[in-house]
Amino acid sequence: MARYRRTRSVALGDRVFHAALWICAASIPLLLLAIVLELAVTAWPAITRFGWGFLVSTAWDPVTDTYGALPMIVGTAVSSLLALLIAVPLALGVAIFLTEFAPLWMREPIARLVELLAAIPSVVYGLWGIFVLIPLLREYAVPLLQRAFGWTPLFAGTFYGNSMLAAGIILAIMILPYISAVAREVLLAVPNDQREAALAMGATRWEAVWTAVLPYGKAGLMGAVVLGLGRALGETMAVTMVIGNRHEIGLSLLQPGYTMAAAIANEFAEAVTELHLAALFEIGLILFAITVAVNAAARLLVWRVARASAAGSRAL
Amino acid sequence: MLAEHVSPAGAEIDPKLRTDGLWAYFNGTAAVKDISLQFAPKRVTAIIGPSGCGKSTLLRCLNRLHELVEGASVSGEVYLDGRSIYGPDTDPVELRRKIGMVFQRPTPFPTMTIYDNVAAGLKVGSRRYSRAELDELVEKALRDAALWDEVKDRLRDNPLRLSGGQQQRLCIARAIAPRPDVLLLDEPTSSLDPAGTQAIEDLIQELKRQYTVIVVTHNLQQAARVSDYTAFLYLGELVEFGPTATIFTRPRSPRTEAYITGRFG
Repeated sequence: MARYRRTRSVALGDRVFHAALWICAASIPLLLLAIVLELAVTAWPAITRFGWGFLVSTAWDPVTDTYGALPMIVGTAVSSLLALLIAVPLALGVAIFLTEFAPLWMREPIARLVELLAAIPSVVYGLWGIFVLIPLLREYAVPLLQRAFGWTPLFAGTFYGNSMLAAGIILAIMILPYISAVAREVLLAVPNDQREAALAMGATRWEAVWTAVLPYGKAGLMGAVVLGLGRALGETMAVTMVIGNRHEIGLSLLQPGYTMAAAIANEFAEAVTELHLAALFEIGLILFAITVAVNAAARLLVWRVARASAAGSRAL
Repeated sequence: MLAEHVSPAGAEIDPKLRTDGLWAYFNGTAAVKDISLQFAPKRVTAIIGPSGCGKSTLLRCLNRLHELVEGASVSGEVYLDGRSIYGPDTDPVELRRKIGMVFQRPTPFPTMTIYDNVAAGLKVGSRRYSRAELDELVEKALRDAALWDEVKDRLRDNPLRLSGGQQQRLCIARAIAPRPDVLLLDEPTSSLDPAGTQAIEDLIQELKRQYTVIVVTHNLQQAARVSDYTAFLYLGELVEFGPTATIFTRPRSPRTEAYITGRFG
């Protein structure tokens, strides 16, 4: 960083201001460090007691004080992937429509409307899930799914409402605005001459999107998806309300499950033993590590796009 | 040379492409005003004029790219081989496969290899080519674009590793791979160094053996060097059109004379 030479004494006010800004800037990384330390210290009894076995054990019994995180890790992964499976095509479709096909007057309003989805509180999504989504699933969607795919383990068993499927759908709606907003930015950053080059060689609008625009924005679109994944992994309230909160690993999406975030939110008040609390903290530590890694990956991908488009037509 | 009596529009032969009372607008403002021009087959026609005179817009009307800009519209007629390209039975997508275009800045697709860039124009549309046919057409296009010898050993490379001039010739190869009738060049050398410019100008001379070439340029010397006919546009209007030699030696309009002698623009 280039600094001006101190040829004359810097005014006191400037120095105070400078120091204050330094403190503000440093407080964020320090806070992050403090959180990791706090999580690790409180989780320590569980870490020493169960070791790596914590990650692969399915036992969760506060009575005998044995804990394993596998059902929550699997539940988090399954619900998030299910959410991506539903949200990614939708969000990319929205972004492509809004940047390439929609009439100009329609683009901004619709984009804002989609982004508004992100402003709805999580608990409201949860309520909507319980009172609207689950009844809809029970009445219409699940019977159809079972008729078509009932023979696969994915849709086997009885549907009681609270389930992995409900959680995946709620999560999909919640992460859709994030993915589509970032994807839209990425597509807007694709230089127009790429589109025109494709159109001028006789590509249809759709072929131009497919051969020129999407490949150009590939890295950024991946970033958008990973960013959505990051949101889905950490989402708590709405998921807790519809997933069923059972420490089980089932293949069927119609069965209840659990996620790491839901487990922490749900069991905190009941955690009376030190080890139970430590186990919950260890789950928090795992979740923290995963989401930080996922978000870092997403930022890296999006950043590469921003840098590439700033530098002109560079390879992504 | 002075004895050469070619009629102003080069009408001694049937034109490949012809505009008739062509107007082009951006949000209702006319950028191209009532232009009637004829483009002779297998000749190079240069469109010259100061910045903002509507020469690029005119070019973009010839492959119906102009109308894709929001707020843009066109009136008047353009005929390709006597058939109206704005008629109800013309599909603009099909039309653009018959009229190739190359832009100011090289626009290779950065995520594709050199080979795939040339093949891109062959892969759109319903016609499917076999691997062998593609290989042959790509090689031919690269040879015709005078790029084959420079890239034949690196067809799987990223096109952005080529020089600017090579990238522009790659874009020409991409444009001619589907064997279009007409090739539109929109200031193809304005972003290139002298060596790159020289290569493109030489290439234009080769290309006119097979294609009707229309080149927009703000470089008068370039127009004089490469073209057979020249059209001078000013403020959206066609001021003068005729054989290049006539335009540059005996212009009829005082405005043309003022422009080519460097008094404005």
